[in-house]
Amino acid sequence: MIWVNAVIQGLLLGGLYAIFACGLSLMFGVMRLVNLAHGDMGVLAAYFSIILIEHLGGNPLWTFAAVIPVAALVGYFLQRLLFDRALDGGELSPLLVTFGLSIIIENLLQQTFGANDQSLNIGALSYQSWKVTTDVYVGRLNVIIFVIAVIVIIGLQLFLSKTRTGLALRATADNRRAASLSGINPKRTRSIATAIALATVAIGGLFLAMRTSFAPTSGSSDLLFAFEAVIIGGLGSLWGTLIGGFALGVAQTIGSQINPADGILIGDLVFLAVLAFRPQGLLSLRSVIAR
Amino acid sequence: MTLLQLEGVTGYYGHLQALQELNLSVNRGEILAVLGANGAGKSTLLSLISGELHPREGRVFYQDKDITQLAPHLRVREGIALVPEGRHLFGTLSVEDNLRSGASTRRRGTWSLDAVYELFPFVAARRKHRAAVLSGGEQQAVAIGRALMSNPSLLLLDEVSLGLAPVIIRDLYAALGRITAEGTTLLVVEQNITEALSVANYAICLLEGRVVLEGKPESLSQREISQAYFGHDLGPSSKAAS
Amino acid sequence: MSELTRTPLDETATVTRGTRGSRVGLGTGIAVAVILAFAPAVTGEATTNDLTQFFILLIMAVGWNLVAGYGGMISIGQQAFIGFGSYAVLDLSLHGVLAWYAIPIAIALSGLVSIPVSFLAFRLRGGYFAIGTWVIAQVFQLVIGQQSNLGGGAGASLNDLNNLSPITRDNITYWFALALSVLALSVTGLLLRSRIGMALVAVRDDEHSAAATGVNVVRTKRLIFILSAAICGGAGTLLIISNLEVQPNSSFSIQYSAFMIFMVLVGGIGSFEGPIIGAVIFFILEQSLDNYGVWYLVILGAFAIIVTLWLPRGIWGTLDPQHRRSVVPLRHQLHVDTE
Repeated sequence: MIWVNAVIQGLLLGGLYAIFACGLSLMFGVMRLVNLAHGDMGVLAAYFSIILIEHLGGNPLWTFAAVIPVAALVGYFLQRLLFDRALDGGELSPLLVTFGLSIIIENLLQQTFGANDQSLNIGALSYQSWKVTTDVYVGRLNVIIFVIAVIVIIGLQLFLSKTRTGLALRATADNRRAASLSGINPKRTRSIATAIALATVAIGGLFLAMRTSFAPTSGSSDLLFAFEAVIIGGLGSLWGTLIGGFALGVAQTIGSQINPADGILIGDLVFLAVLAFRPQGLLSLRSVIAR
Repeated sequence: MTLLQLEGVTGYYGHLQALQELNLSVNRGEILAVLGANGAGKSTLLSLISGELHPREGRVFYQDKDITQLAPHLRVREGIALVPEGRHLFGTLSVEDNLRSGASTRRRGTWSLDAVYELFPFVAARRKHRAAVLSGGEQQAVAIGRALMSNPSLLLLDEVSLGLAPVIIRDLYAALGRITAEGTTLLVVEQNITEALSVANYAICLLEGRVVLEGKPESLSQREISQAYFGHDLGPSSKAAS
Repeated sequence: MSELTRTPLDETATVTRGTRGSRVGLGTGIAVAVILAFAPAVTGEATTNDLTQFFILLIMAVGWNLVAGYGGMISIGQQAFIGFGSYAVLDLSLHGVLAWYAIPIAIALSGLVSIPVSFLAFRLRGGYFAIGTWVIAQVFQLVIGQQSNLGGGAGASLNDLNNLSPITRDNITYWFALALSVLALSVTGLLLRSRIGMALVAVRDDEHSAAATGVNVVRTKRLIFILSAAICGGAGTLLIISNLEVQPNSSFSIQYSAFMIFMVLVGGIGSFEGPIIGAVIFFILEQSLDNYGVWYLVILGAFAIIVTLWLPRGIWGTLDPQHRRSVVPLRHQLHVDTE
């Protein structure tokens, strides 16, 4: 029964990884940009929430309403002012610029808030749980995070497949040249992709901060988990990213069950195994966000 | 009445000078055929008009506005659409999404999904398929349809017939007649001289980045064209030319 | 009737390497190395140790420039090999190999361990390659952090050299650092002058054309990756013999990647001289911004962005865009006499 429990807890955790991963995957799809500060931006959102609670009080849950639009706005302008310029500089520039950004964010956070662990206190919700069987309990917060993760992925998928802007994103991901020849504004499309990526990573960052403690340097490991979820699931599909998140979450909880210190390592090893034996990912649907 | 005008345009393809001080005007409602061998500067000309390349010298006017520095997607909004060589469809998207993406500028006009399906009934049958699985002829039709969805005033076609069977080429060229009937001006770049001249009102021949021959198709002799095309005679009387 | 002007084949053409400036540069480099070898006899102990730290930085920069600047592979996981080098020395010393002898073995092992790593990492490209190498570095850290004989997560001390007086130890460490710097620079220089070097520049400039002209792209890249790993491993061996302790979190720290990227970018990526200039600037900054704590890293990050966007060729590349003044004769120049 402990294994069933581990799998269930892993799936719940995997939903969170999928939220982190979908923005990374979207940005890569639309503009081949890997944002090495992706995880740090989630952590930044969590600190923003902490500031809001400090000054305005209340349960951190309300801060979603403030943090998400701010994150989207920041993403939009970050693309306009920084990433677009970096993309003009060739293949290496975006990596170096976003890595520099990552260093800046982590150290500014450390300067401002100290290196100590923090967490977002959401009161009773953090320890309440539902009983599934006599041996299996699921945390209410974890279930809520999971459900919202799935809703976010489905919502993003619907947005991409049903709206004009979604079509523009998919077209740009497929063939940039043809997209601009079809009248699609490449700058606008890229900015929207980054806005969405930052909005989703902000959701992930807040949930992660409610679920566990975090520190200024947590962004790096968040980035690695998001990346592993993308690769395990298979590039080019949000469903793949969701599956990849689940696989990574389950691998980590099973690893922790074997040896509490081994969770992350087992996740890494699953990632390496996928890379070695199934580099196209678990779910290699050729669709949605192309290639 | 002039729709598009190029004044003394010099364009580079990488480091190579592909067009030299070219002057060209396209009149509203006409079908202009641009002929020439590989490397004559045809694709560079189209890139300069579509906005993917900016000229090093000279200016481009469209509807009397200077569009020399305008970005490609803004030119589509102004009514200039290019069907690129090799079609460049969105292979992972459905046929219908490919067509819809052409309508992203929301220009008004006669072209809509239904109108394109009426023009190319065989495309309508494949509307749910991914564009990548279509045959070459079907893909070319989708590419033309996608450009039409932006309701262009000026439609640029780059090597429409390349790699297609004669029967399909005939169908596509038949459709061009119906497109001009809706008031669209066409600029057709072709290596397939016969097909291009059969629809064109006017033709120009490029050689090494310059216009070496121009006129109405009926006024151009086969010999003149091949001389302009290759830069020398290829007729039976000049076998020894090299 | 061709109007193309063709160059007649009987013209005298000569291919030369380097310029007078580059020969002078090479001579100066050798002279500087010789003078530096006697530095511990002249300067104080503190200066010797500072110079050791500088050489370690220089070696890292050379290693990263090789993989990123010449190999075109942005790795942010080279700390895997730095940490591996440190721990290899520790492990060897625990098995009775004196630390000095352990250094060359550890360097070779770092190169060896990078071979299987390359097979995994090369499945990824561009940005995903970068994060992939980072994950692999994390795996190195986690696996080594679990070896209780190597001190586990708490780390361990290198006790091998305790019988030496600190001054002797520091001086020997200094000479090792100097020797490895010269070695890393020479190997890079010789490699770039070889056929492989030319293939490498071809691969970096245009992978597809290079492949079309018969360059084995993957094999060339792998060779570079292995060599860079060995050089980074070398930096790791020096870290442990100068600090006398290791700890997984710091030995495999991502900060090393930040430092390497900074040095190479500022100096000039893809040039031989770039990492040297970058290491000097970084070393000076590190010394002068020491009191500013994390602000110093913030400045580092900002510098990386600014240089990437506004000075992408770095200081050396901006001074010498055509590589005419190259201090080290790496380039082949074609002179055609048209008389």
